[in-house]
Amino acid sequence: MENNISQQSKTENETPEIVIEESPRILTDSMFKKFFLEVASITTFTFRFFKEVVKPPYEFNEVMKQSFLIGYKSLPLVAITGFIIGLVLTIQSRPTLAKFGSESLLPAMVAVSLIREIGPVITALIFAGKVGSGIGAELASMNVTEQIDAMQVSDTNPFKYLVVTRVLSATLMLPILVILADGFGLLGSLVGVNIKGNVSSYLFFSQIFQSLEFNDLIPAIVKTFFFGYAIGLIGSYKGYNSNKGTEGVGEAANSAVVLSSLMVFIIDMIAVQITSLLQG
Amino acid sequence: MQENTTDIETKSKTDSEKKGDVVIEMQHLKKSFGNNHVLRDINLTISKGENLAILGQSGTGKSVLIKCIVGLIDIDDGKLLIFGQDISELKNKKLVEIQKKIGFLFQSGALYDSMTVRENLEFPLRKQSNSLSKEELDSLIKESLHDVGLDKAIDKTPSELSGGMRKRLGLARTLILKPEIMLYDEPTTGLDPITSKEISNLILEVQRKYHTTSIIITHDIECTKLTADRIIVIKSGICGAEGTFDELEKSADPWIRSFFE
Repeated sequence: MENNISQQSKTENETPEIVIEESPRILTDSMFKKFFLEVASITTFTFRFFKEVVKPPYEFNEVMKQSFLIGYKSLPLVAITGFIIGLVLTIQSRPTLAKFGSESLLPAMVAVSLIREIGPVITALIFAGKVGSGIGAELASMNVTEQIDAMQVSDTNPFKYLVVTRVLSATLMLPILVILADGFGLLGSLVGVNIKGNVSSYLFFSQIFQSLEFNDLIPAIVKTFFFGYAIGLIGSYKGYNSNKGTEGVGEAANSAVVLSSLMVFIIDMIAVQITSLLQG
Repeated sequence: MQENTTDIETKSKTDSEKKGDVVIEMQHLKKSFGNNHVLRDINLTISKGENLAILGQSGTGKSVLIKCIVGLIDIDDGKLLIFGQDISELKNKKLVEIQKKIGFLFQSGALYDSMTVRENLEFPLRKQSNSLSKEELDSLIKESLHDVGLDKAIDKTPSELSGGMRKRLGLARTLILKPEIMLYDEPTTGLDPITSKEISNLILEVQRKYHTTSIIITHDIECTKLTADRIIVIKSGICGAEGTFDELEKSADPWIRSFFE
């Protein structure tokens, strides 16, 4: 009898815990909900940017300061990267062209690929890594330390002062950096060509300018404005809306880089399609 | 407790009528964050020139309360009257005019890291008035720094300042706009007793010199004793007790007394 009782109580005690597992559908729904909420939030943030950018007072001094920090301070990194890309692209392309006896096309080929695609995209990715993460981390840490609240309290519009200025600077500085990166890339290519040959800089650049068309330059430059805008906006969005706490700072910087890099590729894909359509 | 609160409200009304102009008035103020009902029913009045200290356990909504006053957080329900005007009904310009009269000292100081001490003080001045000449700006900055005893730190950056100096700079940055209401969010947290006393004395000096009305959120009993004309203890989102330091220290409620032990 005692045994039965103890067995019964043991069975009662051993009743397995009811584990409510979230069904895949609930998880998918919550992921979709989160995704659409994020899209709505970014859209509102974008509309607010366009509303604030035209509204006085204008923060010219802060735009100049940010342009210096975003543009000038990124110059060494962009120049070195551009130079190396030009050099490496030339060295890597030479054997293939040599197989077809078309080594003379090397400067033109490198120039077209560098100016049309590689220069803008690689520079934008580096810009996203340096500037996008910088803006994200800076605004997030200002958020954590209540500096954004302090601005609001002292009758300053923090969105205008912090976000609008940074997005404008990023939009204006990236095209300039891309042009410079392309220039340094061509210099790198000149060095690459001369490693296994002897080509004068005059001949090298003559070949490049003969092969390049107006249609190569303009779409490549125009899309960089969009790259810069997306990087500035995403960095600012992530930083401005970060979670309070030190974890939020790292998360803002990280997600700013990931999302803005992804946006660079998406914008590039759209730009290529539009350019192809326009060029017939 | 409810009876006590009613008594307190009556007492508070009589006191404020005695003291004169009511600067801040809250009627059935409520604020929630999702299911977390932080402020359930706050009723209080603060008279001109009064120093009110707000005590309460962490997370009871003390900071939320003063952030509602300054406009950083919107209230859900109830009335919040500042200088007799309901701020939830005010439009942009009038709201800004009211907010200009309020100074806020943040718990962390909230100093702009990328700016020097001078630039930290210059920034709010430039934003509020473009018409000030360089000489006028310099004179106001020096006066503010002198008030808080930071004359020599003018060209330093916030990272070069100690905790106490950062608080004093935060106070100088707030005072430079000559606010009529000062809100202090834990002004002595993280400071040693001597520096805490210095900050408490500074709060009193500010009140005397600029005739400000102040709300001080604090856990520091010494600071409360030194600065507060009146104390409110927030409990479960309502004003749990109200009175002077001596009154509350001798409260019949052991929970209230525990703050002063």
